Amino acid sequence: MKQTPLYQAHKSLNAKFTEFGGWEMPLQYSSIVKEHLAVRTTVGLFDLSHMGELEVCGPGANALVQKLSTNAVGRLTDGRVLYTLFCNEAGGIVDDLLVYRYADNHYMLVVNAANIEKDRTWVESHNDTGAEIRDMSEDTALIALQGPKSIDLLKPLVPKQAISEIRYFRFILGEIAGIPITISRTGYTGEAGFELYVSAENGERLWNVLYPEVIAADGQPVGLGARDTLRLEAGLRLYGMDMDDNTDPFEAGLGKFVKSKNRQFIGKRALSRKKKEDIARQLVGFQMLDRAVARSGYTVYQAGEHIGNVTSGAPSPTLKCSIGFASITSEAMLNDKIDIEIRGQLHPAKIVKVPFIISGQ
Amino acid sequence: MIPENLKYMESHEWARQEGDIATIGISDYAQSEIQDIVYVELPEIGTELTQKTEFGVIESVKAAFDLYAPVSGEVIDVNESLLDAPEQVNESPYDDGWFLKIRMTDPAELGDLLDADGYQAHIEAEHA
Repeated sequence: MKQTPLYQAHKSLNAKFTEFGGWEMPLQYSSIVKEHLAVRTTVGLFDLSHMGELEVCGPGANALVQKLSTNAVGRLTDGRVLYTLFCNEAGGIVDDLLVYRYADNHYMLVVNAANIEKDRTWVESHNDTGAEIRDMSEDTALIALQGPKSIDLLKPLVPKQAISEIRYFRFILGEIAGIPITISRTGYTGEAGFELYVSAENGERLWNVLYPEVIAADGQPVGLGARDTLRLEAGLRLYGMDMDDNTDPFEAGLGKFVKSKNRQFIGKRALSRKKKEDIARQLVGFQMLDRAVARSGYTVYQAGEHIGNVTSGAPSPTLKCSIGFASITSEAMLNDKIDIEIRGQLHPAKIVKVPFIISGQ
Repeated sequence: MIPENLKYMESHEWARQEGDIATIGISDYAQSEIQDIVYVELPEIGTELTQKTEFGVIESVKAAFDLYAPVSGEVIDVNESLLDAPEQVNESPYDDGWFLKIRMTDPAELGDLLDADGYQAHIEAEHA
């Protein structure tokens, strides 16, 4: 298993570890619920160095990134971030990712940890524009600061720049304690916060600068356990669970990230066709009506008929009931009453709109 | 903290004997490993349990864990308060967080279980 540059820092905090996408990552430091609530009420510190960073540079960079992305990357200006999908020719989702535009000839793609090699191969195999592709994943540490106190916490550490003025989905180049950092106003929690990209060699130094500030602000280091419950409450999908190569953006409820007008991209033909057809299955949010916990893979019924499966599910620390995503037939969406089979028993649930909770970004 | 007056399974359930009645729960070590218990599924009164077979499930935020019967017998009481307040298993695993009372068919089965020292050694071995 691969370890991030912060592995020793997690060890010294007595983290419990888990395997995720080939990485040995902290699952939790104290309690998943405590860590989750810290992000909702104060601030949480995350090691996300397992995420992949692919740089696409040179005169052909813009055209290559455009060709791969379902979203309108062409509208990006320097210092902006865009959420997009890469799709295959059949319209299936290769990965979901963030595109950072440093300059017209310099992009950074932030991809899911389990997909780094797959995405690198995908980008390289479609590189007919002569762009330079560099896999920076091993050389980059990613630390996130998420929660309502994150802006006030970061402000004094970056005195030369107006941190509070960085708008959502924008980034700047700055430094903290002399360490050069890409400071990005993004996150996967539904809270205000930052994601900080730093060289791997400076990762532990940055963590050690931030950690005492987080503790002083009544915050917590946060592991992947709470990262999962936070993203679920925020209605954010996880690649590999809620979508994969055989799911198209419409089935995943991500149709708004497909921008087909006046642009070409891989998968466009298949997706334009699909758009006109009825979508056979769709991802919906659900909430359990009793205290039972629905988890990934459980079967979903409606009026006794099998209509789909749970793709992600967990107890929500904020709502104190179980929530999740399920992929169900489109006809079943007409009725919000569903049942989920848990250890042979049907438990009542209802289809609800996501996000499950509204927080500040 | 491993109470001396209880008997333990390697799967971390405990049994407290009062005559032919045994009260069942999970150990402090188990609750601290599982953490954040949000749901407990227990059998109904009258259910016949067989030693070392599953009788219920507890769920944390992260995963589900099966519960095994330390002794055979009939369920004569269930801690209904856990349905609304499952966190009692974390907060008070040996008292408020008990699961069931069983009328034992064979109290001699308690002899198959670990005593406090044996359980302590088992935890240390599991943790090593």
